[in-house]
Amino acid sequence: MAMLEVRNLGKCFAATEVLTDISFSLEKGESLAVIGSSGSGKTTMLRCLNFLETPDKGAIWVNGQCVFDAAAHKTLSSGEIRRRRLHFGLVFQSFNLFPQYTAFQNVVLAGELLAKERTDFRSNKRAILEEIHQRGRELLDSVGLSAKLDSYPHQLSGGQQQRVAIARALALNPDILCFDEPTSALDPELTGEVLNVIRSLAERNTTMVIVTHEMQFARHVADNVLFMDQGLVVEYGRAAEVIDHPSQERTRKFLENYGVNEGNGA
Amino acid sequence: MPEILQVLLGGFWENLYIFCLTLLLALPCGLIITLGSMCKFKPVKWLTRTFVWIIRGSPLMLQLFVVLYAPGLLLGIPMRNRMLAALIAFVINYAAYFSEIYRGGIESIPVGQHEACAVLGMTRSQAFFKVVLLQVVKRITPSMGNEVITLVKDTALARVIGVAEIIMVAERYTKQGLIWPLFSTGLFFLLFNGLLTILLARIEGKMDYFRC
Repeated sequence: MAMLEVRNLGKCFAATEVLTDISFSLEKGESLAVIGSSGSGKTTMLRCLNFLETPDKGAIWVNGQCVFDAAAHKTLSSGEIRRRRLHFGLVFQSFNLFPQYTAFQNVVLAGELLAKERTDFRSNKRAILEEIHQRGRELLDSVGLSAKLDSYPHQLSGGQQQRVAIARALALNPDILCFDEPTSALDPELTGEVLNVIRSLAERNTTMVIVTHEMQFARHVADNVLFMDQGLVVEYGRAAEVIDHPSQERTRKFLENYGVNEGNGA
Repeated sequence: MPEILQVLLGGFWENLYIFCLTLLLALPCGLIITLGSMCKFKPVKWLTRTFVWIIRGSPLMLQLFVVLYAPGLLLGIPMRNRMLAALIAFVINYAAYFSEIYRGGIESIPVGQHEACAVLGMTRSQAFFKVVLLQVVKRITPSMGNEVITLVKDTALARVIGVAEIIMVAERYTKQGLIWPLFSTGLFFLLFNGLLTILLARIEGKMDYFRC
């Protein structure tokens, strides 16, 4: 059974159709790179997965459970939507860390708030919080920031901020971690450190959907690649296959701009 | 001279009274107006914004007269307490100004902050109180400081409806040929605003540990 199954997703902004009949599935532990030019609908598709946009059509299934159905969505309570969106984590292009909290507090805040809704929170408060804090320290350690626990976002470099944001997204143990152009706001020097963190997540079989312009990264780290153009899925397949031997003319043209296939098959 | 200073201090007490009560009441009232002007239900939003336009667009001096005379003329219940009339006018006026500062502050917070809260499973109120609010406070503190200092000086306007504030009291001495009491009132305002400036700088300093 697929970890993530997207069925016939459609989305319009006013009269403009930005997503048309998007369907794909992703196995547990696999990563998917979503590529395409600006305005192709990649980010909108990702935002639909995280319920930041509400699709007009289609359905999203996670682990055999329907988490979104355009036909029934309006009847859901806000609490139910809140619970369901926790299947997904999201790392933003612009980090969006909370400036008044330290790196550590950024990572544990949401977990602490969610823990308060647990029925055993009162009786077990100390142990529950200690567990959340322990996990927060481990996560920051795993992204190489154990020395920056008490730093505020403005004291960190862009790359460090994005790594905190990744730890923050992982803290709630999402089934699927999404990245929206995670390195587009970073200069090349800092891009590497963030990509390395994502690479190590891929090696540990984290199920991920990564919207990216880093073709080499998509080729060598992601298991699958989905190429979008004008709101449509043009090509979907294994990363090496799609990037090295694209079957569609449109994909080939797009990849040419990145020079990824230079010297390939010549 | 000590007696005159005593009298002036008595007048300034009225200014301080208006200042403190106005601040105390206008700060929360402003928030209620903000809720109205950001309301998704259009009629409430436009009604509130029209109200804010009227209050900000007309002189406070005129509003003082309206609050003093309108109840008697329109409802047949004359307003006998001049201080109460002054307080009502000041609170309404300043709440309207504060509400716009609040709204500007709330709307200036990047949408990404709300989205980050949402994807982390926070409710809207958790997002506002745990994440957005302090950033708003930090952003609006300088402009709020400006308004607060303006309020101190605006309290002198209460004299137009007969509240015996410091300048009104001091002006009486000019008829006796004494001009220095009138001029010295400036020192009371300067001194008090000096203290407020120090206090405001401290509040800003408390939020220096983060940037937003």
